[in-house]
Amino acid sequence: MPAVSFDKVSRHFGSVRAVDGVDLDIGEGEFFAMLGPSGSGKTTCLRLIAGFERPTAGDIRLFGDSVRDLPPYRRQVNTVFQDYALFPHLNVRDNVGYGLMIAGRPRAERDREVAAALEMVRLGGYGQRKPSELSGGQRQRVALARALVNRPRVLLLDEPLGALDLKLREQMQEELKSLQRQLGITFVFVTHDQGEALSMADRIAVFNEGRIQQVGTPEDVYFRPDVPFVADFVGSSNVLPAALVETLTGRRQPAAIRPERLRLGSGSGGALSAQVTGLSFLGLTTRVTLKAGDTRLTALLPQDAPRPAEGDTVSLEWAPSDLHLMRGSA
Amino acid sequence: MSTAAHSAAGGPLARLSDALWRSPRLLLAILLGPPLLWLGVIYLGSLFALLLQSFFSIDHFTGMVVREFTLRTYAELFTPANFDIIVRTVTMAACVTLASAIIGFPIAYYAARYARGRWRAAFYLGIMMPLWSSYLVKVYAWKLILAKEGILNWALDGIHLQWVLDAYLSLPVVGGNSLSVSPTGTFIVFVYVWMPFMILPMQAALERVPVSMLEASGDLGAQPGQTFRHVLFPLALPGVVAGSIFTFSLTLGDYIIPQIIGTSRLFIGQAVYQHQGVAGNIPLAAAFAVVPILIMGLYLWGAKRMGAFNAL
Repeated sequence: MPAVSFDKVSRHFGSVRAVDGVDLDIGEGEFFAMLGPSGSGKTTCLRLIAGFERPTAGDIRLFGDSVRDLPPYRRQVNTVFQDYALFPHLNVRDNVGYGLMIAGRPRAERDREVAAALEMVRLGGYGQRKPSELSGGQRQRVALARALVNRPRVLLLDEPLGALDLKLREQMQEELKSLQRQLGITFVFVTHDQGEALSMADRIAVFNEGRIQQVGTPEDVYFRPDVPFVADFVGSSNVLPAALVETLTGRRQPAAIRPERLRLGSGSGGALSAQVTGLSFLGLTTRVTLKAGDTRLTALLPQDAPRPAEGDTVSLEWAPSDLHLMRGSA
Repeated sequence: MSTAAHSAAGGPLARLSDALWRSPRLLLAILLGPPLLWLGVIYLGSLFALLLQSFFSIDHFTGMVVREFTLRTYAELFTPANFDIIVRTVTMAACVTLASAIIGFPIAYYAARYARGRWRAAFYLGIMMPLWSSYLVKVYAWKLILAKEGILNWALDGIHLQWVLDAYLSLPVVGGNSLSVSPTGTFIVFVYVWMPFMILPMQAALERVPVSMLEASGDLGAQPGQTFRHVLFPLALPGVVAGSIFTFSLTLGDYIIPQIIGTSRLFIGQAVYQHQGVAGNIPLAAAFAVVPILIMGLYLWGAKRMGAFNAL
């Protein structure tokens, strides 16, 4: 039985279709990512699970039970908010113990559980501090402890690492992953950062314009995108329009090809000839931007490969298996 | 074209700007000097003079002020007649404050959370408009509404509910001949006149409470009532206290509303007015005037002790 399941769920705000006919099953114990640009409906989906929004149409089930008519305070899910939403008038201990206090657990038990939760996020001894006295990373851990101390069956995380700097973000990615393995509960997190989704999640749902474009493992969405949007957004892949693909393969379908799989030759021996419009040095590789007719392409060249100059006309080559055909009409 | 890295010095005004830029302290002194002088000398000075007066006393035979330090005037505040005035005023101020907070909170909450665009403008207009018209006009308008021949009686008569009002007016303490000469009438008008001063600070405080804070509380299992008690109210408390300072102190000091609407029993403001005017008892008037200051001081101290400003 899936932990969370969306059954043709829509959420409209006036004429805006924030979420539009979403079907989705999230398995128990999964680390699941909802990925998409801002305004794609991913956060609304998270809020629908938490109960902050009600579906305009369709049904949401948690472990098989419909929660359509269940307010947030009756759902066994907890949320780590993007802005952490720590209560500024309470110290760390009372913030983390809030859910237990509401549940009417006795003080001694509460204190014990809070201490254990703070220990788990490596903030033991911070109980008496006010949220305003903590750094961004510490606040995030408090928010995590505050949610996990209630032993939710599903933990929701809204852009959990968005406000942290790069180094801290990488460290928290590791911590979140090991925490999830250790606790074995379902994590659903929302992010607009494809790198974050790819490195952390077991499975990813890619959102665009209120709809799910593709659900799959990180390898699926990265190497085998279903539609041009996923190819572009997740993999920063080159998308070849259907008309162009037809001249190359005879099949009228859009196709994706990874930038690192494009090879540059001189002259016109390759499948496609293109003009070099820019070069940028990335360290391990050099990124070459190209223009073939109306299609803009990117190639990543290893540092030992011969480098073209800007304005050169080059021929593009690839192995036939690297051209990934997609559905859609881009 | 000039190759200098700076533009040439302009006229005297520009040179003055340059000089002030180089000495920010001078600018601060120029900006703050006059208002501080006003506040310090004129306002605090007169307050101090008032305080001084209250330690003098009046010679009841000659009617002259005896300029000798004494606490006799303060002792006079505790005579039954005077103490009654203080108790009445403080009770009224407390009731007005409580009622304003209870009535104002939902309005402030709505305005802070939901009102957008045109509704927000309508809210501000609705709250502020009563402040634009003269206070006297409003109070007299209320007299017309509450009087025995007034519109309220007429309306109640029309729907055959006159007896409800009559039954209420026959109650001791709060009742009277008609609403316009009852303590209830005074209360209604006080609440009406000071309401904006309660709503605006509450709204400002509620506006600073992020929605996610309330959602987090619900997410952690709190029902709306619990969220109100444990999160919303504590976070709004500084605003409520700020508003209550207005309603409380304005009621404590007012002498016109109880004069026009209410019984003939005095409030502190009226006592001050009478003692410094007709009776010429400046020391007692001053002692009366110190009472609200003292009460407000105690109130703020208590609010701070109870953690009302912890969320600031």
